[in-house]
This record gives sequence, C-alpha cells and structure tokens, in this order.
Amino acid sequence: MRPIRVLVAKPGLDGHDRGAKVIARALRDAGMEVIYTGLRQTVDQIVNAAIEEDVDCIAVSILSGAHNTLLPKISEKLKEENAEDILFIGGGVIPDDDIPFLKENGVSAIFTPGTPTTVTIDYIKTNVRK
Amino acid sequence: MDLVERLFAGDKRACARLISHVENNVNGVNEDLKKIYKETGKAYVIGITGPPGSGKSTLTDKLVKLLRKEDKKIGIIAVDPTSPFTGGAILGDRVRMGDLNTDSGVFIRSMGARGHLGGLSDATSAAVTVLDAYGCEYIFLETVGVGQSEVEVMKSADTTLMVMVPGLGDDIQAIKAGVMEIGNVFAVNKSDRDGAKRTKREIDMMLDFSKKDWRPSVTLVSAIKDENVDVLLEKIFEHRDYLLESNLYHLERKANVKNEILSLVRKEIMERVINNDEKHQLLEDLSHKVALRIENPYTASEIIINELKK
Ligand code: B12
Ligand SMILES: Nc1nc2c(ncn2[C@@H]2O[C@H](COP(=O)(O)OP(=O)(O)OP(=O)(O)O)[C@@H](O)[C@H]2O)c(=O)[nH]1
Ligand SMILES: [Mg+2]
Repeated sequence: MRPIRVLVAKPGLDGHDRGAKVIARALRDAGMEVIYTGLRQTVDQIVNAAIEEDVDCIAVSILSGAHNTLLPKISEKLKEENAEDILFIGGGVIPDDDIPFLKENGVSAIFTPGTPTTVTIDYIKTNVRK
Repeated sequence: MDLVERLFAGDKRACARLISHVENNVNGVNEDLKKIYKETGKAYVIGITGPPGSGKSTLTDKLVKLLRKEDKKIGIIAVDPTSPFTGGAILGDRVRMGDLNTDSGVFIRSMGARGHLGGLSDATSAAVTVLDAYGCEYIFLETVGVGQSEVEVMKSADTTLMVMVPGLGDDIQAIKAGVMEIGNVFAVNKSDRDGAKRTKREIDMMLDFSKKDWRPSVTLVSAIKDENVDVLLEKIFEHRDYLLESNLYHLERKANVKNEILSLVRKEIMERVINNDEKHQLLEDLSHKVALRIENPYTASEIIINELKK
C-alpha cells in the first residue's frame, strides 16, 4: 500500500510552529509521508511544493489571524494550477465564526485547538483522492 | 497528451506524477520508463552524502544557486529515513531550500527511503531518469545521513560529494572504514566553527593512504555563510573533467547500470515468489519446515528456484 503524502506548511509571517510540528509527527506516526517546508512560506511556495512533491493533501497551520486572506489565496492558486484535486485542510487558532467562509473558499476542513489528531488522520484518510 | 508526452513538453505535474508512479511501482510505469530511457543520460548526477545534520541540504541549496546563474535546469532528489515501525516519514530537506522552491528552473522532490537500506530509496535511479527526461542538466541526489554502510550513492551518481563537519572526533575513524571510500570530492562544512582545519588535516591524512588514481580534494566551506562554495563547485567540475578525459565516465556508468539491472532482476524474482499465491504458499510451507529444522534454507531456496524455472 502506498503511503499518503502530505505537505505541512506555515504560510505568511506566522512563527508559531509547535502545532505544525505536532501535526507532522502525528501524521508520520500514522504511516504518512510528511513534507515539512518550514516557516514563512508564500502562497506560491506552498502550491509549487505541493505540485513537485505530488502530495495528496496540503495541511496548513495558521495562528497569526491572517487565515481569511491567506487560505483563500492558496485555493485560488491551486485552481490556477489545475491542482484542486489535492485535499486542502487547515488548522490552528481560527475562530468558529470564520470557518464557514473558509469552507466556501476552498478549504475542506479546519481543525482548531483541542481536536484530537486522530480526527485529522481519519479525515485525511477518508477524503484524499483515491 | 499522455504523461510521457507531457513530461517531454516540460510539464511539471507530469514529472511529479511519473516520479510517484515510479515510487509506488504503479502498473505500466516500466512501459513509460522504456519510452523515455533513450532520451536520457544527458544529465550530470551529483551525489551529496555525509553524516546527519552536516549541512547537505544547505550546501545543495548554495551549489544549485551558483549553477542557476548559468541558467542550468536542476533536479534535486532528497532522501530522508522512513520509520521502520509505521512506514511514515518526515521529509524536511526542503526547509533549507526555500528560495529554490519557486524557481521554475529547479525541481525538488523529497523521498522516504521506504525500507531501502543504503542511503537512497528503491526508486531513486528511475526518478533520476525521469528528471533527466524532464530536461534537468544537473541532478543532485541527497542521501539520508550516512552511518557506516550507506555507500550506494556512488553507484547512482557521477560525482559523489562527501560533506563532513568539524568536531566529529572519533566518528571520523568509524566513518573512514567504508564511507570515506565513496567520496570523489570532500567538503568540510561549517568551517565557520572551530576545528575545521584540523578535520581537513585528518581527512587529508586518510586520503593520502589511498592508492587510487584520483586523489579527492578537501575544501573548507561554510554553506550558511556561502563561503567557498564556488571553489567547491570547481572541484566537482574537476572530477567531472577527469572522468570525461579518462574513459572512466563510460566505465562507471556501465558499472552503475549493471548494478541497476541486477537489482531489477532481484526485485522481479522476489515479486514472482511473493505475488504468486502458489509460490507464496510454498515459501510459507518451507519456512515452517526450516524453522522446525525438518528442512534447511539452502535446499528450500533451491526448491523455489526450480519452481520458478517451470
Ligand atoms: C506558544 C505561543 C507563542 C510562542 C510560539 C512558540 C513556537 N515556536 O511555536 C511565542 C512566544 C514565540 C509566541 C509569539 C507570538 N504570539 Co503567540 N501564542 C502562543 C500560544 C500561547 C500557544 C500556541 C501553541 O504553541 N500551542 C500548542 C500547539 C500544539 O497548539 P496549536 O498550535 O493550536 O495546534 C493545535 C491545533 O490548533 C491544531 N492545528 C494547528 N495547526 C494545524 C494544522 C493542521 C493542518 C491541522 C489539521 C491542525 C492544526 O492541532 C494542534 C494540536 O492539537 C497561543 C495561545 C493559544 N492558547 O493558542 C498564542 C497565540 C497564538 N499568539 C498570539 C500572538 C498575538 C503572538 C505574537 C504576535 C505576540 C506579540 N505581540 O509578539 C507573537 C507572534 C510571533 C510570530 N512571529 O508569529 C495570539 C494570536 C492571535 C490571533 N490569532 O489573532 C495567540 C492566540 C494568543 C492570544 N490569545 O492572543 N506565541
Ligand atoms: N554553523 C553552520 N551551520 C550550518 C552550516 N551549514 C548548515 N548548517 C546548519 O546545520 C543544520 C543542518 O543543516 P542541513 O542542511 O539540514 O543538514 P543535512 O545534512 O541536510 O541534514 P539531514 O538531511 O537531516 O541529514 C541546520 O541548522 C543548518 O542551518 C554552516 O556552514 N555553518
Ligand atoms: Mg538534509
């Protein structure tokens, strides 16, 4: 069975990387190949890395409050590159009120603090392209 | 257009997808590789190896930036270890190559070793072929951090760069045994730190013992400060010129593909045993008997080979 490949990315100027590392390790321990690109990635860098690495899922961690601008930009870029088949999820400190807007704008799911990592793992396993 | 046509047209997604097909051994991938193979062999392959954390990725980033000034198209394959328990991996080499990411002349691919020993993955040779067909003029192969026996990179690369660092202490002694043999060019990275000159001296001394025709050079560099990386690149070119001027370039590539053919044969034989219900059952039965000492492994393997001949 082939491993699911996931890009874990931190966009913008957000320096909070603990959550991203927790998620990266949890996904690895669930048997996935996690490509970690480090802090301060631009939208172009994230989408380009996702394409070169041929990932099944992009998992963006964002605690800076800039989610309403950055996440929709990533979906737009994915569309532009004909790469919408890649599952796109997000997580971090994101108010519940913002989640419907993000879902309308191409983010499949948002995982906020307190969500057990098993929930994320199951979500990825069920929703990546087969 | 099919994947191969798209690859030749320089389509990045097609290149990425073909590498996945190679990694996952997808049905029909060998047919695609057969179609592209003729057109490959043009890229120069540089292996980057050395202890964990010695700066292989940072140095690759700097070397590639120099080559990009000449507008050379570059491919990078970076291998990291796979967890033997879960099959998962964290592939972090890209962290050090941030600026190369959006350069359209550079294609970076991270790979998990997926249980393959030797510092590379099963798929690296074929992935090099794909990047070559994609038009990359130089392909960098970063191995997992080496310990003792990961000498495989020399069989996939034209020039192998060994990245050492100051302060390895007695580890140098341990490393020299097998792994020192594989470097065609040596770098002592992190020379912004104390002890770099001493490390260079120690390596030079070991290399003086070797009686090979090619004496590897040892260059002090600092990848992080981007110091002396241009000199190192020149040393890599010197080795390339040496190979080209002697007949070694062809001979080494011949030895490398011989190795590749043998590993494909080995893989095919394994698959014929494991993926065939009858033969797999025979293997199970024989293993049972061998464990009970009713049969021995030597006769058992003969029985399986005879079965394969039918
Ligand atoms: C630790 C911390 C820091 C540390 C960060 C250390 C580090 N290297 O990560 C330091 C001290 C450096 C820091 C600095 C700042 N911080 Co701070 N920080 C926190 C704090 C207290 C905890 C964050 C944390 O690490 N949590 C533990 C990890 C494991 O949890 P997590 O990241 O939330 O991740 C979990 C989930 O969210 C989810 N998840 C996260 N990402 C992803 C991704 C995916 C794909 C999925 C599926 C799930 C997922 O799963 C994780 C595990 O359960 C939070 C408050 C809080 N309680 O959240 C503020 C907080 C995030 N910081 C905040 C601020 C404002 C700042 C500063 C701007 C402060 C300042 N004025 O200087 C700076 C900015 C630094 C920068 N360059 O970005 C604000 C952000 C406000 C906002 N979003 O509007 C917060 C919310 C505090 C607050 N209530 O005001 N901070
Ligand atoms: N002081 C100093 N640090 C360096 C230098 N080059 C790299 N580093 C640091 O060394 C650490 C490891 O660098 P990498 O490039 O990731 O090393 P690597 O050999 O690719 O590591 P693995 O792939 O994990 O084996 C990072 O923190 C780098 O910033 C250097 O020239 N000087
Ligand atoms: Mg590395």
